[in-house]
Amino acid sequence: MSGNDAVARGLYEAGCRLVSSYPGTPSTEITESAATYDEIKAEWAPNEKVAMEVAFGASLAGGRSFCGMKHVGLNVAADPLFTLSYTGVNGGMVICVADDPGMHSSQNEQDSRHYARAAKVPMLEPSDSAEALAFTKEAYEISEKFDTPVILRMCTRVSHSRSIVETADRVEKQLVNYEKRPEKYIMMPGYAKRRHPIVEERTRALVAYAETSPLNRWEKGDGKLGVVTSGTSYQYVREALGDSVSILKLGMVHPLPEKLILDFAASVEKLAVVEELDGVIEAHLRSLGLSPIGKDTFSLIGELSANTVAAALGGSVPAHRDLDEALPMRPPVMCAGCPHRGLFYTLAKKKITVMGDIGCYTLGAQPPLSAMDATICMGASVSSLHGFNKIRGEESEGKTVAVIGDSTFMHSGMTGLVNVAYNATNSTVIILDNSITGMTGHQDNPTTGRNLKGEPAAKVDLEALCHALGIARVRVVDPYDLATCDTAITEELAVAEPSVIISRRPCVLLKSVKAKPAVRVNPDKCRACRACMKLGCPAISMKDGRAVIDSTLCTGCTVCTQLCRFDAFEQGEA
Amino acid sequence: MVETKSIMIVGVGGQGSLLSSKLLGRLLLDEGYDVKVSEVHGMSQRGGSVVTYVRFGDKVASPIVDLGGADMVVSFEPLEAARYCAYMKEGAIAVTNTQKVDPMPVITGAAVYPEDPLGMLEKKGMKVDAIDALALAREAGSVRAVNLVLLGRMSRYFDFSLDAWMRAIDACVPPKFIEINRLAFMLGRGE
Repeated sequence: MSGNDAVARGLYEAGCRLVSSYPGTPSTEITESAATYDEIKAEWAPNEKVAMEVAFGASLAGGRSFCGMKHVGLNVAADPLFTLSYTGVNGGMVICVADDPGMHSSQNEQDSRHYARAAKVPMLEPSDSAEALAFTKEAYEISEKFDTPVILRMCTRVSHSRSIVETADRVEKQLVNYEKRPEKYIMMPGYAKRRHPIVEERTRALVAYAETSPLNRWEKGDGKLGVVTSGTSYQYVREALGDSVSILKLGMVHPLPEKLILDFAASVEKLAVVEELDGVIEAHLRSLGLSPIGKDTFSLIGELSANTVAAALGGSVPAHRDLDEALPMRPPVMCAGCPHRGLFYTLAKKKITVMGDIGCYTLGAQPPLSAMDATICMGASVSSLHGFNKIRGEESEGKTVAVIGDSTFMHSGMTGLVNVAYNATNSTVIILDNSITGMTGHQDNPTTGRNLKGEPAAKVDLEALCHALGIARVRVVDPYDLATCDTAITEELAVAEPSVIISRRPCVLLKSVKAKPAVRVNPDKCRACRACMKLGCPAISMKDGRAVIDSTLCTGCTVCTQLCRFDAFEQGEA
Repeated sequence: MVETKSIMIVGVGGQGSLLSSKLLGRLLLDEGYDVKVSEVHGMSQRGGSVVTYVRFGDKVASPIVDLGGADMVVSFEPLEAARYCAYMKEGAIAVTNTQKVDPMPVITGAAVYPEDPLGMLEKKGMKVDAIDALALAREAGSVRAVNLVLLGRMSRYFDFSLDAWMRAIDACVPPKFIEINRLAFMLGRGE
């Protein structure tokens, strides 16, 4: 079972009653998997802050609760996190954050361990699926025993690796009694000041727990080299250095033990810390007066591997043979038939400045479309467009837009749009409504009319919502219709008021979307002008001086037929 | 003590490599090995280069395969097979489909698809076993069965019984596609 499935199984076995999350690679499947258990109320929240607050409410009501997110999601949810550290919990509460060293599918590679230290909450870090399951259950015990939310830190290689686990039955937990306790749960200054010392005392108790907890495991070797490590790095150390190395494997990465580490250090001749990203464990060792091999040798950037560990610490590194010449790269691309393509083609053609956002459509930044100027975080397109237009005024208002997906708009685009209306720029925001959360693998959201369990749900009316937020001009276009897209963008950029264009067409990968017959190229009409190549459609390529269409990829969207001046593209027959 | 073996399944996002790794994982688990299968989801699904690692043995530590570590590469596309040359052990084998898929830089004219990517691998001392898996998948009844054709081909290099492979197919494939997938596997295996 994958690490993510194992966390979900751990939630089930631990008697967790509620899961509220926002999807984000590599964390998404935890919540999808949790939703397959009838005993767990599992929901997609509009964003991670909402998810964490829902989980807090469930904990306050006395049930075991959970919220999951990717590393950057914890930035969004950081506000409740820091104060939940003060209030503590009623029913056990576990927060999972999945880091993405190497940025396989992320905009940065921040190290979430800093949050545990900053918010003063314990953090567990499993190194495979079996531990993901076991640590999830243990996290609830710690949460309830020490009255604190507990963070479970995953990473891509643990979340998306499958390894063997042993499952057990679910143990139902009685709801913890709810009683009104303003001194614990109302965090205004008078009460919060009395909670902070409790937090510090709790950390001291957790350090004592860390000294003897089976989460932190001392695996004895020959005493020459000792490595302090955790998570997936542990696997690389084992792989690279075999059984001779002594390992202190930290299952709890915050707070860290002191005596255990000093005893371990004293037992070996040479000491090293192997950890991905920042030197968090190393800094602790240095605070204890130790001088391990650490970030002086290992990179702060990207993933480690067995070879990098072997090379640094005296293991054997296998030989490898590089090719003599570089190969063409194969970057990810928008799918054939992707509804975003027509819109981005129009933006590129009109040389519009585009404030981008997080989703599949970020691929619009890639050549040949290259129709994006900035991408920062969820919702930043709308707010940064406003700031850009405030500075440059009419000059930019007439040629700059924001693009944001339906799910991202629900997540944190709405507040930016309120700001556009309230602080008055003539900004044009394009909502790319493909009726699903696409990039993370098709999750429903408040605009789709379905919930995580696949049941019918309240559906946000985007047009009415934008009106309510203060935008009078809202129009809908079909991104497969290039002429209409062009007109809409021209007109909305020209008007002296803020506006929203909803580019609406469901994701072509949705099961409910049926492909139309593939478009064909008439080779007698094709003049090889390469106009169609500007679409960046993976179904179109040039062979023997003529455009050809891969009929196994083409979905019959017909966007290419609209831009060929020689009518070389012919619609297929059903 | 069985030494850990490493297989990489590589291809283009959307070609169906996830089913291959799932099925292989099932088979190896049933055969009593410790198994780790590692994938990357998300952005790389969208037509990009994708790689899945399968490692098995008595006790497997790292879930990923590093440079010079792969005993076998199973590839859905020739350029992708060549891309992972540096990850192969000396003299390792690449079982690959011959059907080419142009990457976007080739489509836009920014790069050229190499003339003989498999020859580049052979030049580095790697063995190449190339088959037209798409044609065999068509013969089996579905162009989507390329993955099973390739698994059939790679099965020739392992001692696992045909029964064991069939049980893994039955366990991983929806009932209505079992016949097509079994046939595709057999065509790839060459029996």
